[in-house]
Order: sequence, then C-alpha cells, then structure tokens
Amino acid sequence: MKRIIGLRLVSLIALFGLLLAACGGPVTVAPTDVPTSPPVAAGKIVISNWDAYMPEDLLTNFTAETGVEATLALHATNEEIVGKLIASKGRGFDVVFVTGQFAQALDKLGLLAKIDHSKIPNLEQLYPEVSQLPFDPGNKFSVPYTWGTTGLCYRSDLLSYTPDSWLDLLQPSAEASGKTTMLATERWLMMPAQKALGFSVNTTDEAEMRQVADLLIETKRTLLAYDDTTFYSKLVSGEAVMVEAWDGWCNYGIGENPDIKFVIPKEGSDLWADTMVILASSENIDAAHAFINYVLSPEVGVWVATNILYKVPSRLAMEQLDPALIAQFPNLGMSPADLLLQEALQDLGLAQSLYTQLVTEILASGP
Amino acid sequence: MLREFLTGRRILGAHLILVLLFLYGPIVMLMALSFNESGLATAWGGFSTKWYGALAANQDIISAALNSLIVATGSTLIAAPIGTLLALGLERAVKSSVLDALVFVPMIIPDIVLALALLSFYSLLQMTLGLYSILLSHVVFNIAFVAAIVRTRLNHFDPSIEEASLDLGASEVTTFFKITLPMIFPGIVAGALLAFTISMDEFVVAYFTAGPAQPTLPILIYSMVRFGVTPDINALATIVVLVSIVLLLAAQRFGTPLKALNE
Amino acid sequence: MKKNIVQRLILLGPGLTWLAIFLLVPLGILFVYSFFQRGSFGGIVYEFTLQNYARAVEPLFVRIFLLSLKIAIVTTALALLIGYPVAYYIATSPARWRTVLLGLVVLPFWTSYLIRTYAWIVLLNSEGIINHMLLALGVNARLELLYTQSAITIGLLYGYLPFMILPLYAAIERLNPEYAEASADLGATPLKTFLTVTFPLTLRGVFAGALFVFIPSLGNFFVPELLGGGQEILLGNLIRDQFLKARDWPFGSALAFLTMALIMVLLFFQAWLANRERQATNVA
Repeated sequence: MKRIIGLRLVSLIALFGLLLAACGGPVTVAPTDVPTSPPVAAGKIVISNWDAYMPEDLLTNFTAETGVEATLALHATNEEIVGKLIASKGRGFDVVFVTGQFAQALDKLGLLAKIDHSKIPNLEQLYPEVSQLPFDPGNKFSVPYTWGTTGLCYRSDLLSYTPDSWLDLLQPSAEASGKTTMLATERWLMMPAQKALGFSVNTTDEAEMRQVADLLIETKRTLLAYDDTTFYSKLVSGEAVMVEAWDGWCNYGIGENPDIKFVIPKEGSDLWADTMVILASSENIDAAHAFINYVLSPEVGVWVATNILYKVPSRLAMEQLDPALIAQFPNLGMSPADLLLQEALQDLGLAQSLYTQLVTEILASGP
Repeated sequence: MLREFLTGRRILGAHLILVLLFLYGPIVMLMALSFNESGLATAWGGFSTKWYGALAANQDIISAALNSLIVATGSTLIAAPIGTLLALGLERAVKSSVLDALVFVPMIIPDIVLALALLSFYSLLQMTLGLYSILLSHVVFNIAFVAAIVRTRLNHFDPSIEEASLDLGASEVTTFFKITLPMIFPGIVAGALLAFTISMDEFVVAYFTAGPAQPTLPILIYSMVRFGVTPDINALATIVVLVSIVLLLAAQRFGTPLKALNE
Repeated sequence: MKKNIVQRLILLGPGLTWLAIFLLVPLGILFVYSFFQRGSFGGIVYEFTLQNYARAVEPLFVRIFLLSLKIAIVTTALALLIGYPVAYYIATSPARWRTVLLGLVVLPFWTSYLIRTYAWIVLLNSEGIINHMLLALGVNARLELLYTQSAITIGLLYGYLPFMILPLYAAIERLNPEYAEASADLGATPLKTFLTVTFPLTLRGVFAGALFVFIPSLGNFFVPELLGGGQEILLGNLIRDQFLKARDWPFGSALAFLTMALIMVLLFFQAWLANRERQATNVA
C-alpha cells in the first residue's frame, strides 16, 4: 500500500514537474552584469499594484538600473489592499499603488511614510498641477502614477443620440434600458447621482445622500450590472450600449471598436489619481523612493500612456506621445488644467459608514 | 409489478443522466474552448493548443500553482498526524460531546467567518502574513477532516482485536504500531488526500490570510476571473480538472473519503 | 490513572491545542471586536457598545439576511429534489456500478469551484452559448440569464449538489430493503412505501445533506459577486464588505456572529431531530 501512495505522489509531482518544464522559457531573473548606474540602494522591496497596470519588464529594468530586487504583489481592488494594509499594519509591503482617497485614509491611519522629495528627482518634470491635488497638496505622502476622470463610454453606432448628461445613464431611454452598467466601487457608484443632483462627490450631508440613494435605487432597475472590471468588453460585445467608465478603461473599448466614444457629462465629474505610497513600516525607504523615481521617468510614462492608455503626470512623457495615439483616444489629450476642473475624491472619514450603508441599501433594493 | 419497477428505474436513470449533464456540461465546454483557436466562446476557429502556450509563458500561474502545492502539502503533513491522534483520543480515550462538537466546528463554520477570525487574530499578533499563515489556517479544517475520516475507520473495526493484543502481553505502543495503525492506515491516507484537495482549492480563507506577494492558485484564478472571460483560463481549467481526476483516482484507491465523512 | 492522563495528553493535546489557538482564540477575538466601535478612518476604538448588534437588526440588514436565507433555502430544496433520486438510483444499483457512479458525481466537486463558476459566466451571458444556441434554434428572444438571482442559485446548486448526494447515498445504502418489501407485501403502493417507509428512514441523511448545502450557500460571497453582477448583496458579501469596504471590523464581526448563531440553532435542531429519529428507529 505504501508503494501505491508513493507512486501516486510521484505521478502528481511529475505532472507539476512537466508543467514547470513546459514553462521553463523566459524566467525573469535579474541580469547579473554590472548595472549602468551605481546602485542607489541595495536590498529588496515588495510592490503591490493592480494586475497588468505597469510594464511587465519594469521590475527587471528597475533592478538592472538600481540593484534593488523588487517583487510584485497584485491586488484586485483598493478595498482589498487597504483592508490588508490595515490588518497587517503595512508589514511586508514597501510601495503600494492605491487611488488618492485611499492613500489619504492610509495616511490618517498613520501607515504611510513621508515622501522625501529630494530622493525623487523626477518630481521636477511632473506637471505643477500634481502638487495641487486636494487629497494630498504638496505630495506629502503620495505621488500620482496615473490620473484621470470618469465619464460615459458608449456605442455611438447602437445609440440614436449622443449622451451628454449623467441622467442619460441614470434615467436611460428605452433603447438603452437594461443595457447600461455602472461602476461597482462605492465612490464611483455614487458619483453620477451626486453630480446629476448638483452635490459634491465628497458630500457627507445625510439628506443629500438620501436623495442620491433614492435616485440610484430607481436606476438599479434599468441596469445590466454593476461592473468595474469587464464593462468595456460588454460594450464591445454589445451586451451593453452605455457604461460608466474611467477614461483609460473606455480607451480599451475604443481600441477594439472605434464606434465606442467617451464623454464627460455636462454636470461635471470626479478627478481621481492612482498614486504610489510608501509604507511607514518599510525597511527600505531609500529603495522605495528609488522605485517611485524610476516609475516617474518619462520612458516609463510613455509606455504607460501608450499601453495602459491612461494619462500620466509626467509632462515630458505626455509631450512625447504620438499625436496619432491622442487622435485615436481623445481623452489622453485632456490637459491637467482641465482635469483639475473636476472634483477630486477625498476620504470621507466617519461618513464612509454612511456610504457603505447606502450602497448596501441600493444593492439590496428589489428589482 | 416488475414492469412498474423497471419503468421507475428507467425514469431515475434518465434523471441521473440529466444531472450528470448538468454537472459535466460546463466543464466539458471549458475543455473544448481551451482548444479553440479563436478564443471566443461562440465561434469555433479551429483546433489549437496556443492557449496552453500562453498559459505556459505565464510565470505567475506557475508560481501560484507551486504556492498552492506548498500550502496543501504542508498543511496536510501537519494535519494528518494531529488529526489521527485526535480521532484515536476521541474514539478510545475520552468520550465527550463537547469535544466532538469542537472538532466538528471547522467543517461547518462558514469559511468567511473563519477567514475573518483568523485575519483579526494574525493582525492582533502583528504577524507578517505569507504562505505560512495560509498553511497554519488550513491546518484548522484539515485536522477536522482527517479526524472525521479516521474516526469512521476506527468505528468500523472491532476494538476487541486491540484488547486481545494487550491481553497477550503486547505493550500499548506495540499494539498501536502492529494492530491499530495498519488497520486505520487507509483512513489516514483517505483523510490526508481529502485534506490535500480541499486545501489546494480553498479560496476564502487563503484570500484573507495571504501575504503580500505569494498568491495561491485559487486567489490568482479569482483575480483573473474577475477580469472576465479570457481563453487562457480555459486552458488552466482543463489542467486543473485533469490534475483533480488524478487525485480523485488516488483517493478512490482508499475508498471514497466523502462517503466515509458522512457516515 | 497517571498513564491515562499521559495517553490523553498525547492523543488529544496537539489537536485541541491547535484548535484552541487557531479556532477558538480567533473566534473569541472576533466576538470581542463585535462590541467595539469603528474609528474615524477604519481601525477599532476599544469602547464597549451594543450599537453593532442594534444596527444588525435594522430593516435593511434584516432584509439582506432574509434574502440570503431565501436563496440558501431554495438552493437546499432544489439540491434535495434533484439529489435524492440520484442518490437513490446509485444506492440501489449493482455494487460494482455504485463506486463508478458515485465517483462521477463527486468528480466535478474536486475541481476549482471558482473555475466552475466561471464556466457559468461563459454559458449564461447574453452573448453566451445558451443564447447563441437558442438563436440557432430560431428562438429570437435574448434571455437575460446572467446577473440574476436565478444565476446565483444555479451557481450555488452546481457547487454544492455533491454535498447533498453523498450523505443521502450513505443513508439510502444502509437501508434494509426488507422494510420496503414488507410494505409492498402489505399492499402499499410504491409511492406510499416511499413516503411512509423509505423517506422517513433516510431523514438523517436528508438533514446532513441539507446542512452541508445550506451553510456554505449562506456564507458564499464569490458566486453572488461573479454570477449576480454585483447587483445582489448577500450575507457573505455583506460581512466581507464591512471588513474591506467600510473598514468597519466591529460591525462585520457582529454580523459574523449573528450568522454563527443562526447556524448553531439549525445544528441543535438537526441534532434534536436525529436523536428523535434514532429513538423512533430503536422502538421500531
């Protein structure tokens, strides 16, 4: 009997071995040759980012340039990574990518290190607007990686009119009803109704939020789904004709079908920034700064704007972009000044509970 | 009478076939799609293994599979002896319905509750999470499953054999190694295999107790599935199904563990 | 006497210690948290309050509780209706077929539940296979299958059906066929025999199966998320969201404990029924 288990285990291990052998191709190991510039800091850092949100060879190149080994962790949502950071007090992470208002909350919880601007020379070539973001004026604890706004992403060939108002989404016409999606993440789920009703995206007024929730409960009956990951593919397949979308993600749809268009509704929208923050618990603060500096370089910026299709805060990068790219994806051409006209999302403090409660109520409301 | 019986059986048989269709349809579909050149669910673009190539080039999946293997192997190796001892203790040394209930809890507690309790615990201890924290967590329910299966095995053999051995002058240790252990060995193996498979596929507890950079396979699949339908997941699904079949066949050698669990 | 204690310590010590440290203590922490308050930016303020439990019984949360119960009950009932005939057929098949058939039923259960859930997304979406098949058959009505409560129920049923079939199979297999024969000899119709003899004798299996389907259905959060299009919030999602989205661990803990309490009530009920049934069988 023992022999049989042995055999089974061996065959199992052999199977995984085969799997491994099949994949023995390009193993990403840091090159051993001498780095082109002297190492800024030695050691290891752990980065957490959304999946496929930065160049695949970024960490390898970073290691080659600085001598710092970097490991990538992935998180699916802001909530997930913030939940983890709170639970672990940040231990194990050095640099994390989170959206501005979440960075603000992490800072208030005392989990973030102060950004030392002298260690990030590339800050010089960012747009000046970068230091005016309301959730972190002066970039004390966060540096933007990408930034943008939220709007309507729609199939111009399947809709007989051009949407220009959040109400086109919230109270859809018969032809769009049942074929719209809204973002599932709390703040962006609330935002269209807040803007449509003329409120701030950061309102903590209970009466205002009551109206917002009531409007969204009405809207829910007309939705295909709440979705913040696959909405653009629903547009491409025609399951949906109009979706609430972040500008960059709408670009993915535009890339697959030029009939897909993006518009910022006339009531205005939000300004968000996906930022890089350094954890106070980091044991390698210098290497973390070096990483942020590397990511802010114009070369990385150009790659991100060209491949991820999001606006980056590096002026040098944005100025180098191919005009054809901006013609194909017009929202890449939006200027930082225009971006700052939108209202930046900020952490809500205690009122976060109110938002979660209302979102729960909206989701629990019957069809 | 006989004819009536046979028609009844025929209807039941037809029902069984429908249920098997329900159970296998989706899986067979994924397997078929994994060989679809076009990668689309709705259009056949010809036979191709290119999605397996895409999968093989994906280093993340390979390391996640290895992480799962480490967690499942480690937690099984810890849980198998502890669970076996626990089963012996509960069957032969202490009869206590309170302890019975305690050992039953990990099997029936909703995984989200266990996951959050463990997360709170680790957080309070200021532990840096990693593969080992998933492993420690998995041991909790693996102990319970091993103990449950070994107990059914213990129930099925006559304690008088052990008593005879003791009467004949063998020491307790000798009796354990010469009589008890060989008798319950298939139960231990079945329990360990069950624990291993559950641990390999466990998502919720792993999701909440995982550290920064080492996702297990289910955690990785979750993040992939959230981003919608991509063809390389079909290839991954096919491999996971095939590996599972190998494991199940192994488990079958030692009797159906789940059946034993419910006795 | 002393030897006995040493023996018990060796046998029970490791297991009970492990369960105490990694099960009881964590649950205890969660329980204590449920009486504290959320800090302004998340985190926990260590001040005693019953507020979390008071909030949990507000109509909004009661409604979510009831909806989750409804979906879990429907899933369990469907699993029983579909699973019982399957278990019966297998248990009454020739011995050599039983293992094969049972293996066939269990096999899907051993593959990743997430991947099986994903398969249903591929099948059900409005541009998916089922709708394309309907279209090919000339049915031009596009069915909205995905992102509905039915999709959630299908997903849960699909995942947990083997949990129902296995204990039922074990119960039916143990059944003495002579009871049913005696009933038939006494002139009872097959239906009557089934309802008055067979089914009551397998009640224990029914309850065990129901429990194994019901409990995970109640706590599952990824099936509602993936198949429900984020449009339904069920108990599992609600608890998870308190920890991740609201960063309100105390309220999440309170909800977790209320769920546990409900399950405990069900377990006691099941134990009581099993006990009653055992006594009844002993008398018979």
